[in-house]
Amino acid sequence: MKERFFRFILDRKYLVILLAFIATFAMAAGMKNLQFSNDYRMFFSEENPQLTAFEQLQNTYAKNDNVLFVLAPKDGKVFSRKTLSAVEELTKAAWQIPYSLRVDSVTNFQHTYAEGDDLVVDDLARNAASLSDEDLQRIQEIAVNDPLLVHRLISPEAHVTGVNVTIQLAEKKLTEVPEVAGAAQQLAQQIEQKYPHIKIHLTGMVMMNNAFPAASIKDMKTLYPAMFAAVLITLALMLRSIPGTFSTLIVIILMVLGTMGITGWLNIKLSPPTTTVPIVIMTLAIADCVHILVNFLHGMRVGLAKRDALLESLRINLQPIFLTTITTAIGFLSLNFSDAPPFRDLGNMAAMGVILAFIFSISLLPAMMMILPVKAMSTDSRGSRAMMHLAEFVIRHKIKLLWVVGGSILFLIAQIPNNRLDDQFVKYFDETNEFRTATDFATDNLTGIYLIEYSLDSGEAGGVSNPEFLRNVEAFAQWYRQQPNVLHVNTLTDIMKRLNRNMHADDDEWYRLPDKRDLSAQYLLLYEFSLPFGLDLNNQINVRKSATRFIVTLESISTQQMLAIEESAQQWLATNAPGMKADGASPSIMFAHIGNRNIRSMLKGTTVALVMISAILILAFRSLRIGGLSLLPNLVPIGTAFGLWGLLVGEVGLALSVVSGMTLGIVVDDTVHFLSKFLRARREQGMNAEDAVRYAFSTVGTALWVTSFVLMLGFAILALSHFQLNAGMGLLTAITIGLALVADFLFLPPLLMLFGGRTK
Amino acid sequence: MKRLLLITLCSLLPLAGNAMTPEEQGLEIAKEVDRRDTGFHDFKATMTMLLRNKHGEESLRHMRTKALEVEDDGDKTLIIFDRPRDVKGTALLSYSHKTGADDQWLYLPALKRVKRIASRNKSGPFMGSEFAYEDLSSQEVEKYTYKYIRDEQLNGKDALVQERYPVDPNSGYTRQVVWVDKVEYIPLKIEFYDRKKALLKTLEFKSYKQYLDRYWRASEMFMQNHQTGKSTLLTWEDYKFRAGLKSSNFGKNSLKRAR
Repeated sequence: MKERFFRFILDRKYLVILLAFIATFAMAAGMKNLQFSNDYRMFFSEENPQLTAFEQLQNTYAKNDNVLFVLAPKDGKVFSRKTLSAVEELTKAAWQIPYSLRVDSVTNFQHTYAEGDDLVVDDLARNAASLSDEDLQRIQEIAVNDPLLVHRLISPEAHVTGVNVTIQLAEKKLTEVPEVAGAAQQLAQQIEQKYPHIKIHLTGMVMMNNAFPAASIKDMKTLYPAMFAAVLITLALMLRSIPGTFSTLIVIILMVLGTMGITGWLNIKLSPPTTTVPIVIMTLAIADCVHILVNFLHGMRVGLAKRDALLESLRINLQPIFLTTITTAIGFLSLNFSDAPPFRDLGNMAAMGVILAFIFSISLLPAMMMILPVKAMSTDSRGSRAMMHLAEFVIRHKIKLLWVVGGSILFLIAQIPNNRLDDQFVKYFDETNEFRTATDFATDNLTGIYLIEYSLDSGEAGGVSNPEFLRNVEAFAQWYRQQPNVLHVNTLTDIMKRLNRNMHADDDEWYRLPDKRDLSAQYLLLYEFSLPFGLDLNNQINVRKSATRFIVTLESISTQQMLAIEESAQQWLATNAPGMKADGASPSIMFAHIGNRNIRSMLKGTTVALVMISAILILAFRSLRIGGLSLLPNLVPIGTAFGLWGLLVGEVGLALSVVSGMTLGIVVDDTVHFLSKFLRARREQGMNAEDAVRYAFSTVGTALWVTSFVLMLGFAILALSHFQLNAGMGLLTAITIGLALVADFLFLPPLLMLFGGRTK
Repeated sequence: MKRLLLITLCSLLPLAGNAMTPEEQGLEIAKEVDRRDTGFHDFKATMTMLLRNKHGEESLRHMRTKALEVEDDGDKTLIIFDRPRDVKGTALLSYSHKTGADDQWLYLPALKRVKRIASRNKSGPFMGSEFAYEDLSSQEVEKYTYKYIRDEQLNGKDALVQERYPVDPNSGYTRQVVWVDKVEYIPLKIEFYDRKKALLKTLEFKSYKQYLDRYWRASEMFMQNHQTGKSTLLTWEDYKFRAGLKSSNFGKNSLKRAR
């Protein structure tokens, strides 16, 4: 049956090639549907509790996706006529940005003061160009001393200022984000042209969302050509066969087109993690092709006819390649356990890719080799001679190796706890990214982008005016302001205190919370009647006036620090104001939990994959003992890689949480190839364990190290990604594959020789 | 009287359609709406606002309103808040003007003081609702410029569709599209467009009732904010026209006594 299938492929080669191309074109037509996701929420599943909490908060008040214009005048003075004019102009123009809900700046800040018996509410700066020096001085005093402004829209030294635009996307089209970002960029340029002494940096959540596709496209432009070049060179060097290299390239190209096409048909949105898929599957496809071609070329060298050599190669490779395809696919499919949808997509796309690669490498590849002229080359035994030396070395020192390698493994595994969770989403982008540099500038000079938000609930309608509740909120704000790394606290109580002072003829004595509920409520009412369009309190007070939004801005701190602060905040609330206890919610909090959540879910996924793969191996090898033994070399690489990472880097996060599942399927391949050869020698040729190890080394040793090298190279290229999630994932995967090879060469053979059972 | 009006109008409008520019037509419609609503002298009513956010939370506001027609200027209105309890007795007095900003005073019972609202800009939300003060204040013809767009059926009624553009530069809107009932000359629906010319809100007038055989008032006004997903339902009850209100009921000093 197998033989008949292969003969069909070799004899009807033109038909096979035609069918392969037609099928690929049908699949690739789906690529027209491919689109980039541009929303940081893509990293969170719908059931993610932190996302749900944040969405709830946003639905209660208002969304707070934003664009933050950071204006840095070269003379370091925000409160000059020309700079303030620029701020005023930008503030007015920013209302024209699509989907904008409100614009906040130092010029349109609703300053309140008493004038006789009246409460005056007005823009802090109006007609900036005509302000006197005294006016400017006065405005600066007010701005840098207002707790609502300083560290949010104005730096304490008044050298940098911000214009914050709140954006509420309709979330109907993918073009909304680039539309907003484009309008913001254009506006920034206009202002810079008109006021050449000002440099504008653009940050905020919308700009970050816009940076995702940009980073992906940049990655494609740099990584894909690099990968292609690497593939070409290694193939040429390894196979030393132009037809072999050419056919492999065709297989790889068709497989990538097919995979991306199906992705399009399935309407999976591209994201930074999934842009790595072509590279990942290219690497894996090479392994399949190399195994077949190496054996084929070997057959030609020993004098077989072309057709016979291909038939023989397909015969001995079908089972291991099929097995490795299945195990690799299972490994990738285990990514469906991830809480982050882009990694599920990555797993599914890669699984499709390896299956396509399998199909093409046993059909299209041999068909093309039949057509292309292949010359039998002189024997090249350098590789296999080195392998024989390695085999002898391993056999001679099997006991020592077991101790030394085993000890190193244990040492490395013991280093795993050195890894700390860290997912600072700004750092997902490297320093070549415009969003990253703008954000770094903003955090260094003006305000932070990491926020924690609370909806503090008084428990009764209208309760935001309750003096006791307000005192608790104020105490919470004071506590937060004393914490390290806290830049800004936005709280309703600051407005209340200001209004109370205004109502008492701006007497500083009265800069305190009103002591009666109806007083607070009526101040608020008066204030709200005085506010202009878009600058209302609806983003701070809910409709029942029972709860208020409380926003803490933090410096760029690690996930650990962020979680520690939120934890102490929870403790403070529990002891001092249990009634208004609320979990902090925000994108920063969501990302702070995502690493942990994913590691837990991926542990489950990896375990399931491991059980399935082991079961497959036990069935395939028809040996419980060998299947069980294979667990060790399959698990060791992942454990030691994380240990090594703990020693060298020490930071893990979202991207690395998926490496275990992903690499499991790949490292199993080496084990499968080695074991299948070992068992063939034992069972078919009745060799003893040592000879079987020699046989395994000589038949698959070269192919193993060559494919591992290609795999490491492919994943190492990912380390060049401008997107840190991909870079870390690529690097750790490359390390894991390297360690897997070490384990297969130095650890598995001693295990087999000592515990592999007797000869049948 | 009413029939006569209708006849003159019916004979006038087709003619007008040919002779007038869309701007003149729009202005004529606005004038007719205003003309049909003049002469009521004064009225009282109670208002209930039901606020709802995207999350489904709801909140109620209760208030009473009194209005006095002023010849050759905008109306005077007094709104007295009954609920929430912590603002009970608070009263807002507005003198609407045909040109220039309206005058407003707020009486705060907790302070026992009348405060003038000295902001040049009163386009913020009314009591945290989706209504801005400018949506609720007396709709004087002079506050907008107009343009007639087309005739259209709306929920089975013949309507005149016109656009109007606020004269006040501090308005939160660039444009409003108004559907006016072709027979009764009362607004059926208004769309509000914000400063970036995007659709912000839609106001629907429901359950119109006629008072004194002449003046139509909607019992329900539903405002939907399309950008934030929040909405407000404003319900009017207990309308009393010609309730004997006088100018002295609308003085600054009367605010403290307003109940």
